[in-house]
Order: sequence, then C-alpha cells, then structure tokens
Amino acid sequence: MTRSARASSPSSRPAMKATPLSNCERRFLLRAIEERKRLDGRQCYDYRNVRVSFGADRGCCIVELGKTRVLAQVSCELVPPKLNRPTEGILFFNLELSPMAAPGFEPGRQTELLVKLNRLIERCLRNSKCIDTESLCVVAGEKVWQIRLDLHLLNHDGNIIDAASIAGIVALCHFRRPDVSVQGEEVTVFTPEERDPVPLSIHHMPICVSFAFFQQGTYLVVDPSEREERVMDGLLVIAMNKHREICTIQSSGGIMLVKDQVLRCSKITAVKVAEITELIQKALENDRKVRKEGGKFGFAESIPNQKITTFKMESAAVDTNNVEEQAEEIITKADPPSEVFAKPILHTPGTAQIGEGIENSWGDLEESEREEAVEEEGESEATAFEVQKMETEDTSTLREAEKDEPIVLSDSEEEEVIILEPQELPTKARPQANLKQENTSKKAFNKRRRKKRAVR
Amino acid sequence: MAGEKEKVVAAAGGCCLRPFSCEQGLLSRPDGSAAFLQGDTSVLAGLYGPAEVKGSKELPDRAVLEVLLRPKVGLPGVIERSREQLLRQTCEAVVLGVLHPRTAITLVLQVLSDAGSLLSCCINAACMGLLDAGLPLSSLFCGVTCALDPNGAIILDPTTRQEQEARAILTFAIDSPERKVLMTTTKGSCSVEEGPCFPP
Repeated sequence: MTRSARASSPSSRPAMKATPLSNCERRFLLRAIEERKRLDGRQCYDYRNVRVSFGADRGCCIVELGKTRVLAQVSCELVPPKLNRPTEGILFFNLELSPMAAPGFEPGRQTELLVKLNRLIERCLRNSKCIDTESLCVVAGEKVWQIRLDLHLLNHDGNIIDAASIAGIVALCHFRRPDVSVQGEEVTVFTPEERDPVPLSIHHMPICVSFAFFQQGTYLVVDPSEREERVMDGLLVIAMNKHREICTIQSSGGIMLVKDQVLRCSKITAVKVAEITELIQKALENDRKVRKEGGKFGFAESIPNQKITTFKMESAAVDTNNVEEQAEEIITKADPPSEVFAKPILHTPGTAQIGEGIENSWGDLEESEREEAVEEEGESEATAFEVQKMETEDTSTLREAEKDEPIVLSDSEEEEVIILEPQELPTKARPQANLKQENTSKKAFNKRRRKKRAVR
Repeated sequence: MAGEKEKVVAAAGGCCLRPFSCEQGLLSRPDGSAAFLQGDTSVLAGLYGPAEVKGSKELPDRAVLEVLLRPKVGLPGVIERSREQLLRQTCEAVVLGVLHPRTAITLVLQVLSDAGSLLSCCINAACMGLLDAGLPLSSLFCGVTCALDPNGAIILDPTTRQEQEARAILTFAIDSPERKVLMTTTKGSCSVEEGPCFPP
C-alpha cells in the first residue's frame, strides 16, 4: 500500500524536469517527522504564515502561504443561463499550474494533480453553496451573470489547495460586479462611474486545511510543505467555514484512517479556519478603508520598503519639449542610410513587393525544429530588414516618414510586405488580381497549417 | 490617481513616467524572479535555466530561450503569442546563449494587472528576471511605451485610457550601453515623430 501511495503522488507531476528526491533525503525527512521535527522548524500542528495582498483591480489578490503563492482574479460576464437552471448564475473556476511555479509544470497540460485540485476547488466553492447563485440572475431564462475565478499558482512550496482556496474566497469577497437595472425588456449595465458596483452575496467562507499522514497514518502534519508532500503516504483535506460546518472532506493516497483521527483533524481545522477567516476579514477591512479614504492601494503598496532586493521610484518627469529638435539633430548627424528598398518586384499585375521575398513566419508560433530553423533565418532576415532601419541608422524610418509616403506602420508581423497602389496599371485589372493573390496566399497559409498539424 | 498624474504631467510641461517599483528574488522555486510595477501595471517574471532541454528543441551551439506570457484571465491567445515572440527576440539579442549550449532557458511572465504600457512592463520585468537569475548578458535593456495623442503630443508610459485615446502607440526596447533600439513595435499611424527614449 505504501508503494502505491508513494507512486501516486509523484506521478501526478510530469517527471520531465522535476528533480527527484533522493532516498537519502526521503529517509531524513521521514526520520525527522518521526521525531516530531519539521524541516522549517514548525511544530506538527503549525500553519505557515498567511499573507493577503490586493491588486488595484477589484477581485484581484495574491495569497502567500509561506512561500507558496497564488494569484486570483475574478471576472464577470452576462450570459444566457443553463437550460435546466434558468434562474441561477453560472460559476466557473479554473486553477492553473503556471510553469513559473515549478520547473515540472507544463503550460496547458491537464495533469492528474491539476484535475484533482480543480475538482477540490469546485467542491469547496461551488458545492458548498457559499455563493448565492440566484442573486446573479438578471432576467430569468435569458441573462445571468457568469462569475469566473482564475487562480494561478505562481510558486509551489506545498499545500497548493489551501492557498488556492483562500485566494479564491478572498478574491470572490473582494470582487464587485457592475450594477444592472431591468426595465421591461431592456437591461442596462451601469459603469462604475454611474453606479457603485455591487459585491457578490456570499453566505459563508469555506477554507481548506490539509493534513499529511506518514507511516500509514501514525504521524500527522498540518499544512505540508513541498518536501513533505513528496514523502507523505496520504493526504486529508477538510474544507470548513467558521461556523464549524464541514463543506468538503477528501482523503487521498490510499491510507486508512480511524474515526478518532478524522475527528481530531476536524477539530484542528476548526481552529485554523477561525484564525484564517479573521485574517481575511481584517485584510478585506483594511483594503476597504484604504479605498474609501482614497489612499494608495494595489500591489505596489505590498512591496516591502527598505529591502535590498527592492527598488521604488516616484513618478519621474521626462522633458520632451525639444525632442523634435534632438531628433532632427540625430538625423542630420547620422550617416545617410543605405538603400534598403530595392526595386519593387511585380508578382502579378496589381501587386508589388519591396525588398527580398521573406517567408512569413506568422502563424508558426509553435516551435518545432523545422520551424525554428526557418524562423532563425527568416527572422534574422526579417528583423535585419526591420531592425536595420531602426537600429543601425535609427533614422531610416524617419527618412521614410519625412517623404510622407503612405506607409502605415503597424505591429503586425507582415510589416515587410508593403502593397503599393499601382499607378500605371489599368484599374479594372486590379481587384481580380488582388483577389487571386489573396487566395493563393491564403491557400499557402492553410497548407502550411495543415503541414504543421501533421507534424504534431 | 489619474488626476494626480495629470497634475505632475502639467507641472513637468511634458511627459512623465508613472512611479515604478521592482522586487527581485521574491519567488523561491525559480532560478530568478522579479516583479516589475509601473503605476498600476504589474508583471511578475520567473525564470528557469540554463537547464535540461525538454523534447527536441535543443540547439547544439547555444541555449534555447523560451518565453511564456500568461494573461490574468483566460488562456493565452494570439496577442500573447505575438508579444512572446517580440520578447523572445529582445532577450535573445542580449542573453549570451553561446555560453550555455544545449540548454534551455524558460522565462515565464505573469500579468498581475494591466493598466496600460503592458509590453514595456513585460520587457522591464524580463530584464530584471534575467538579472536576478545571474545569466550572462551582453547588456541590460529596458522598455518604453510612448503614445501619440490626437494633437501629436507625446505621452510616455500611457495608462489604458490614454492608450485608447492615442493615435499611435510605440513600444521600444533599448539597450543600456549605447541606447540602441533592440525592438520596436507600433500600433496606429504616425509620421516624423520620434519617441524620446530615456532609460529609467
């Protein structure tokens, strides 16, 4: 049983780049736990410090649980309701394990761990009915609010679920949705300037507390760190609110617990939840006060002062009065730019291209080896073309611009290809030719897309 | 906040950068991490590397640089992809990848809040992250966003509203020793105007 439990917890992470734990380290950790010692100096029942900081936007917060960090953002949207529940708003939860959090996490991959965590979050926040979904209804059967909660794990140091559940409920409490009014058929959504946004109606705050078990449940540790999670045999997660109501309980890892253990855990949970709820309410109260008084808020305020790794600078004025003269000066001093534009090349009547034909790398953003090679060349060429203008002479764009050519600079990747207005060609030939060109290019694009897919 | 800024701008008679702050090494797992804040815009960068390459991306002569930009809400889309590419090209120009052949450097940028000039904030966060990871760099770089308002005046470090009102938005990445332009991207139409770029 031990083996299966052990195998299940690391296999939930992609074994790609994640560093494995050495047997030596594993033994050391287990021995320490047997002696009721923890690597970070905590006691068995100690919870790590929780810190909540709010962003400038409503419904945005970062929760730090020790070194584990989770970012939460709530957003809302008016959508038609589900057919079987025409008078209820829709709740959507999404936890993402960002590759920033640990080297083993891959973006957009549904790992076993991620599915498990998302399911737990859903059970904790949706199935506990802590959010009143009926108050999110605008017009029954037609329009309801969809509340979306995005959670991003920024740093993984164990106990993701607790940090995520705290971040989730704090963000939901902090969020304000726009006020709406319904007059007959008409639905008006008010901007924050017109009417104060309204908070969600939240009945209670469920918070998850995790317990790690070692040696088939002989030893118990609250709020396991990442290292402890790797050597644990089983995990028990209890979601509870401050009224001591259990919202969710889940035991995983395949250990068998006796009734007393579960009861003891639920008692510990009650204490921890009371502490955390108080902290959350204080944090929310603080933020509310600061916002009301018009003080400074946002992440900038949560950055510590007087720390060697931080730096702050006040608003800096930049004098741009004589910029144009300066620019002029630079242009006059600079060497005359080399002729970048060759003769326009005519492919078909009605089109013209300037410069060398460059393979368009747009749409090939996913890297594969072939793409990489092409990109390298294409890019160096493409950027050479683009950047040369900017970098080496720094002035050629200005020169162009000075000539008042009808060149529109845009941030699209297709800058190099400039279609000029044909002058000497008869106008009636134009649209057809253009269409043809467009079709062929589209076809080529589709072909490449297909090829890409085949490669994948 | 906006009113305050306008006052400062008026006092300066031209442009002004919003207050910015930066914190390095705030995450324990990544090899390098930094949060960069420009006004209410903030970006968190986490960096792993040089490390083992996953899959078949390995390059025999230099390090592979991978940039991931994660939006705050939803999944990364085309805009994120195009920004990732711009950021990758900028970083590749600066990172001395030749010193670490057959390795991978992964730079993950997480948007914490967007209140205008997001790309320049990403560039700055990326630079601070690279610096914190102790990777060999040929120079430092910074990002500046300029907006041209309908009257043709230059606004540095625009807010979201200023970006919406602007006729053109230009973002530059500039390296430190010679103030050369590493990357530039524009949106909207503009003519002779030149972005005055003072590295912060």
